[in-house]
Amino acid sequence: MKIPLSRIAHGRSGDKGDICNVGIIAYDPRHYPLLIREVTAERVKTFFDEFVLGSVERYELPNLGALNFLLYKALDGGGTLSLRIDAQGKTMSAALLAMEIDVSEAELAG
Amino acid sequence: MIRIANGQGFWGDWLEAPVRLVEQGPIDYLVLDYLAEVTMSILQKQRKADPQLGYARDFPPLVARLERLLRERNVKVIANAGGVNPIACAREIRRIAPTLKVSVVLGDDVFARLDDFLAAGHEMRNIDTGAPLSTIRERIQSANAYLGAFPLAEALATGADIVVTGRCADAALSLAPMIHRFGWKAGEWNRLASGIVAGHIVECGAQTTGGNCQVDWQSIPDLANIGYPIIEAEPDGTFTITKHPGTGGRITSDVIKEQLLYEVGDPKNYLTPDCAADFTTIRLKDCGPDRVRVSGVEGRERPEMLKLSISYSDGWKSIGTLVYSAPEAFEKAQAADRIVRQRLEQLGLRFDEICTQFFGVNACHGPIAVPNPSPPEVQLRIGVRGPDRNAVDRFTRELIPLVLSGPPTGTGYGEGRPPVREIVAYWPTLIPRELISAKVEVVE
Repeated sequence: MKIPLSRIAHGRSGDKGDICNVGIIAYDPRHYPLLIREVTAERVKTFFDEFVLGSVERYELPNLGALNFLLYKALDGGGTLSLRIDAQGKTMSAALLAMEIDVSEAELAG
Repeated sequence: MIRIANGQGFWGDWLEAPVRLVEQGPIDYLVLDYLAEVTMSILQKQRKADPQLGYARDFPPLVARLERLLRERNVKVIANAGGVNPIACAREIRRIAPTLKVSVVLGDDVFARLDDFLAAGHEMRNIDTGAPLSTIRERIQSANAYLGAFPLAEALATGADIVVTGRCADAALSLAPMIHRFGWKAGEWNRLASGIVAGHIVECGAQTTGGNCQVDWQSIPDLANIGYPIIEAEPDGTFTITKHPGTGGRITSDVIKEQLLYEVGDPKNYLTPDCAADFTTIRLKDCGPDRVRVSGVEGRERPEMLKLSISYSDGWKSIGTLVYSAPEAFEKAQAADRIVRQRLEQLGLRFDEICTQFFGVNACHGPIAVPNPSPPEVQLRIGVRGPDRNAVDRFTRELIPLVLSGPPTGTGYGEGRPPVREIVAYWPTLIPRELISAKVEVVE
């Protein structure tokens, strides 16, 4: 079944120049393998569409049940250059948590 | 065990936070972070206008307000409030809080040395774009190396009540008292990395005690009186994150995880002037209300290069808004945007970028925003940027006329024309660490 990522994870996002970092954390560490399987760098890149012009890199933190994404060319130049309201990418984690993932009841139950 | 509290996550953070940290419970060190990346260029301009300025002007009055309490409770303060003029900042503190001993850390400001560096063959290429610094040389406004925690610890060793620095790694502010009190040395990478992780967790103030937290945010108690974070640091490098009892907010391992991932690149290789920290080795354990224990942190040798933060002038920008009400609020705002763009084109004005966002529809999330079919109102927000100040200025006159000459129900123009602002861009680069030598001075 399809569920929004926000059902099993929370996160926080910020900026380093024109790179936005999005941390995604499983509420329940047993769901970390679902994050690994469902929230790939490719899916994240596709999800953000033209909002993220560059590539997406994914880093794994199994100790925290978390993934860290770097979104390149994601903030319209970033910092003082950007004309966007969210030039610091503060709301990008909330955006990604709306992405749908495909999981089974059994997997959700852990 | 020593208690290190963070009372300021950025310049402009809650003024009461540091006062409450000192008043409401025991702490040994109060750490305050004032410097964002663009702050240095603002301070550089202020110093140019007045050689007695160029530091965070909120800081000396705060110290004066706390003068008696800091002495009575033996709390030492470490702040990067010095900006581009730490000595002037220290003198102002001495003037209005004369019973406190103040030491400054110098050596981060390399603005006057850039040409020497270039002449010696250091290209100082932009980490993100690869371009050499020579392409923007004449537009540079400030240049500061990120210092580590050891010079700050040296300043504490002078017996200072207040340590004032310019640019240093944010997390180094918290690591410094651990080095000072526990005698940690370069080479003890795991302990240093542990201190850096502690510093990273608290460097954004209340963002680690329940502020900006997505975990069940509506149930987080009393954000109006949120407690700012305190590190209870042990000599072996382990530590506990907590806050004063009775304060608002919440600390759990879930909250800490959010902050651990904030503004991090490769988590295995979190680079600071003092060590590289591996965030994949961090172990968290909830151990009582608002207490999270952190252990297991592993580190590696410090990098050979230090980060250099350079700011430079990069053109002009302006952002203006108009509001349209229902019905068809979004359609009206879109029509107004088309008219503005057409008029700019007819005027022959050239910009590097024109950016339109619609508040209430897609301003935060652009094309992936959840659709909102009939919003009661929409704010049109148009921004332009480019090298020609006159073109940007002309743009600022193109919005308000639409109230009479564009789609119906345009309003929200009460603030008048939007201001034209200089863009001060940021040039991150690296410099060999042996070129940077920090110096500690006691200011009488």
